[in-house]
Amino acid sequence: MVTPARVTTGRARWPIPMTTRRSVSMLVLLLMAAAAASAQDYRRLPGGEFDSALAVDGRAAHMQIAPFDMRIEPVTNAEFLAFVVQHPRWRRGEGPTLLAGPDFLRHWQGPLQLGDAIQPNQPVTHVSWFAARAYCNSEQARLPTWYEWEYASAADATRADARRDPLRNQKMLSAIQTQTGNLPEPVGTRPPNYYGVHDLNRLLWEWTSDYAAMFPNADARVPGSVASLALCGGSALAFADKNQYALMMRVAALVALKPVDSAPRVGFRCVRDVSGE
Amino acid sequence: MSRTLSTALATASMLALFALVAPAAAATKTMSGDFGPPQGTPIELKLVDPPGVPAPIHRDHPVKVIVRVETKELVKEMADGVRYDFWTFNGTTPGPMIRVREGDTVELHLRNSPDSHMAHNIDMHAVMGPGGGAASTMTPPGHESVFTFKALRAGVFIYHCATPPVPMHIANGMYGLIVVEPPEGLPKVDHEYYVVQGDFYTTGTYHEPGLQSFDMQKLVLEQPTYVLFNGREGSLTGDNALKSNVGDTVRLFVGDGGPNLVSSFHVIGGIFDSANVEGGTLINHNVQTTLLPAGGATMVELSTPVPGTLLLVDHSITRAFMQGALGEIKVSGAAKPAIYEKGPSGPFAGATKSAPQASAPVPASDSVADGKRVFNQVCAACHQGNAMGLPGAFPPLAMSDYLNAAPKGAINIVLHGLSGKITVNNTGYESVMPALGPQLSDDEIANVLTYVLNNFNNKGGTISADEVKAVRAAGPTK
Repeated sequence: MVTPARVTTGRARWPIPMTTRRSVSMLVLLLMAAAAASAQDYRRLPGGEFDSALAVDGRAAHMQIAPFDMRIEPVTNAEFLAFVVQHPRWRRGEGPTLLAGPDFLRHWQGPLQLGDAIQPNQPVTHVSWFAARAYCNSEQARLPTWYEWEYASAADATRADARRDPLRNQKMLSAIQTQTGNLPEPVGTRPPNYYGVHDLNRLLWEWTSDYAAMFPNADARVPGSVASLALCGGSALAFADKNQYALMMRVAALVALKPVDSAPRVGFRCVRDVSGE
Repeated sequence: MSRTLSTALATASMLALFALVAPAAAATKTMSGDFGPPQGTPIELKLVDPPGVPAPIHRDHPVKVIVRVETKELVKEMADGVRYDFWTFNGTTPGPMIRVREGDTVELHLRNSPDSHMAHNIDMHAVMGPGGGAASTMTPPGHESVFTFKALRAGVFIYHCATPPVPMHIANGMYGLIVVEPPEGLPKVDHEYYVVQGDFYTTGTYHEPGLQSFDMQKLVLEQPTYVLFNGREGSLTGDNALKSNVGDTVRLFVGDGGPNLVSSFHVIGGIFDSANVEGGTLINHNVQTTLLPAGGATMVELSTPVPGTLLLVDHSITRAFMQGALGEIKVSGAAKPAIYEKGPSGPFAGATKSAPQASAPVPASDSVADGKRVFNQVCAACHQGNAMGLPGAFPPLAMSDYLNAAPKGAINIVLHGLSGKITVNNTGYESVMPALGPQLSDDEIANVLTYVLNNFNNKGGTISADEVKAVRAAGPTK
């Protein structure tokens, strides 16, 4: 059962002595609220034909994306706090270091305290790929594949694929650059994209399930070489669409990380398969 | 056989022998340095901010040199009032100059600040190996990578970040120089400085104030907004000028970070006694302008025999005048008239005779000519040569209802500037006009306003210098 001494989210603090039944019930309510909210926060993406900006074997990757449900927002600090309350092995300093390195949740004030420096509705960052995957499991979901993520992010407010619009590219770059020195902004303050999904192209690099297999070459200037994504998981990477600078920044941010690493601007969101269709 | 002939034959055979040997030597490269294992305890290289350089090396043996560099993303000024999100090595553009000796083993520690958004790495052109080190140094924020290489070739080399998108990392300022001294060291000079040119692409125009974003379209078109020495306009001028004394020698380590432009590096008023061609071992002498490839470097030495100011420029000269590529070397000391002397100047005898009609100026036409000059030099940049302005940005002065309604009000605007929304000829404008009071005299303002009022289909009128003087004395009004 849950045994936190104190759970703190941002400015509001809830000290929860183990012995106080009322406080424990408050915590349960908090957890239920978080679970209920996240359960609704998925939108159906129809999938279909898609050309990735990444190249496989030197060619643009053309594919069929199956329909899936995507979380409309990245997972927040508050949501991840609720998760670690329920899953003590994912608290800072508790789990095996093979799955979460020394920087894991470092920006939180304590293992169960966000502190005043960050906000509950900011995307959770400083989470390892393993921890992100475990969180999504707890929501009966999974991390998106890179291509699912890229397909969802190709949309703007009115178009399913807005990637050819140079003004949009510039806006994405500026939105990231004006945040110099800052952590990702709170979720839910900006309008959704074509699919009803928010904050895909802001400052927040999001884990994908297959990133480590896709981007093995740390010197990503080397043009596409032999192996394919489908085979043995190893391939050198090149960009079929060399105009997608914001996407390249994202790839570079992920390529530098091992799955055990945590970084201040790396978070995640989850997706679910569409069953019975 | 005569002695002459035998000497000639001997010489010829020696030449032939040399011809046989030389290609082999070139192919294997003379191993002039000390390429054995590093000796003694490792040395921490003391890095300094540009335009400073680490101390010259006076060692006769190879060592292990530890170099610590941290990548930082931070907002700094690239010109007065113009801020930009620089990506840097050690917080400066260029990053610190690294200085080692041929044969040294370099242990590079690349740290990426936890405040960074991006992963960064380093590609050093002094490295022989994959990616110049980039393949071994991809470093996420809050992490440190270490890689070791042996400096096998002397020269002046660029280093830069090579993380995708590479052009953006370079355009944001991530480059610097690593100098690998030859085993015997470099000749002694009196001053050493460090300058790297780069091209910058901002969404705003040149000198548009405020925080500017990286402009990807301008980058792709290779049309920079700024071309700068050491990442900031004014980094090498005024109080920041490089210094020398009469009779001294100056060595400049100069690089071109790019990402796009090649530099025609020149010092106005100087001649390079020597220039290392492309940073290699070939030394050219008495050079006026040396070409720096993007991602290339050189080392030039010049003498400063007379006092005065020398100007560092990219002699693709538009960049020096309109995009910021300008630096100074101020040379102090006594004049040397035997080398450089200014003589008297004035009209020569024939000139006044041959044009008598032009030598009787009419005061009125003088003030008109002056008004026209000021208009073309100052006003036309925004309001355009035909005074029609630019839709959406700069209001017209031609046929302007705003101006003709209150001609005297224009005095205050020119003196003290104007910002906020105004309507001219039924069109709204909301931009900022700078205060020109500090830059223009009362006469110039009177002349230019009178000129504008009596041209461009305006309704006429006169503004006097006394009126300008009175408004200036009264101070800004709202």
